[in-house]
Amino acid sequence: MKLITAIIQPHKLEDVLQELDKNEIHLRTVSDVIGCGRQKGRTEVYRGRKETGGCLKKVRLEIAVNEDFVQPTIKAIMAAAKTGNIGDGKIFITDLVECIRIRTGEKGQEAIG
Amino acid sequence: MINSGDTAWVLISTALVMLMTIPGLAFFYGGLVRRKNVLSTIMQSFFVLCLISIQWILWGYSLSFGPDIGHFIGNLSWAGLRNVGLAPNPDYAATIPHQLFMVYQMMFAVITPGLITGAFAERIKFSTYIVFTLLWATLIYDPVCHWVWGTGGWLKNLGVMDFAGGIVVHITSGVSALVCALVIGKRRGYGREPMSPHNLTLTVLGAGLLWFGWFGFNAGSALSANGVAVSAFIATNTAAAAAALTWMFIEWKLVSKPTMLGGATGAVAGLATITPASGFVSPFAAIIIGIMAAVICYIAVAVIKLKFTYDDSLDAFGVHGVGGTIGAFATGLFAQKLINPAGANGLFFGNPSQLMVQSIGIAATVIYSVSVTFVILKVLDLVMGLRVSDEEEVIGLDITQHEESAYTLLD
Repeated sequence: MKLITAIIQPHKLEDVLQELDKNEIHLRTVSDVIGCGRQKGRTEVYRGRKETGGCLKKVRLEIAVNEDFVQPTIKAIMAAAKTGNIGDGKIFITDLVECIRIRTGEKGQEAIG
Repeated sequence: MINSGDTAWVLISTALVMLMTIPGLAFFYGGLVRRKNVLSTIMQSFFVLCLISIQWILWGYSLSFGPDIGHFIGNLSWAGLRNVGLAPNPDYAATIPHQLFMVYQMMFAVITPGLITGAFAERIKFSTYIVFTLLWATLIYDPVCHWVWGTGGWLKNLGVMDFAGGIVVHITSGVSALVCALVIGKRRGYGREPMSPHNLTLTVLGAGLLWFGWFGFNAGSALSANGVAVSAFIATNTAAAAAALTWMFIEWKLVSKPTMLGGATGAVAGLATITPASGFVSPFAAIIIGIMAAVICYIAVAVIKLKFTYDDSLDAFGVHGVGGTIGAFATGLFAQKLINPAGANGLFFGNPSQLMVQSIGIAATVIYSVSVTFVILKVLDLVMGLRVSDEEEVIGLDITQHEESAYTLLD
């Protein structure tokens, strides 16, 4: 089992969700986050004063999957989130030790899908 | 003789001017601060309404409009509203109850110290703020109000024209705000950390309510439902619109994009600037005054403030001090008796001496307000301290001064 965490551009969220649905990956958690990478923040102007904030708005997707779904999930996110510009985001993959469905108490691969 | 039309209009205008402080100014300023300080900022406007409502009845009105002492201040024979009844006082307004004139003027006395809060936002101690407000209203607003509007006041005798408070409201508060910003000092991290406005929708809501309330402020200052009120109403709206458009185009051409905050700031600058002239000038003059307001106030907040690096946090000086000064000066240029026979002609209508009179009024008010504000702040700094501690400032005033927060993370 893996936990796939993707940080993407907020405006690509709908495309990514549709692409995941097409590949039958339906379970995910989405959150608003702020952060920065190579874009190094953005400049805003208030009454003529430039303010370069350290953080940009991004969206974080968290998807827990069985091994079979790791590559399809990555492909779907790559296909939908990529614009080719700096700031498209990153995908992190980590080993998932355990997964428990609260309603039934099922564990592991049965609980995940 | 009480006139019911005049009385109705001034009653409504009184409520309109009240609305400018709460929620107009409260939201205009509240949206501009960081989210950790929004309640403390709104509270300053809220409690200035409460404080001055009482101060005005007990002694403020008497000092401002009561029988004259040496052309400088009113005496205390009207304190607690003694001798202020329902019969009109023909010196001030012959067709409405004297008490209505009193309460209408109260709302001006309320918003004036409220405007100053933009200069020391996000760092002043609440207890000190309360004492400062009472002292400032008593020692600066009340005397200057008497000079310009009180019977026997020396600037009134000189012929200074200030229709709705460019000098009495905007110059007094604006230049005092600059002194506050300089004496209290910058916010921690000013210039190094981003201090972006936390909610510009609140700011625009506040600006809209200010604009709306300003019809009561300016057109109400005719103290009568007559042609001068209509003329002031139109001048007010025209100047606000011209200034907002000008500010927007300046940003668009010189900086990058047209912004909502720029539009709102321009509108308020235009409103502050037209205030002293509103009952004396034509709509065409109002357009020129609005354009002047935006250009000069923009230079004040976007160039001069950054160059001299003082932290007039919400631009109380840059908008109100500068705007009020331009307006009081422009009154000496554009005023015409054709619009208001009770006024005088300005420079462009053949009376250059009015410009000199206006300049004396401006200079006297600036010098007096700056000096007395400086003394009040220095005394309060010694006696009770002006600022919250560094740690409290970093955590935010809402939690540390008031133990409440405006927004929760989850519902």
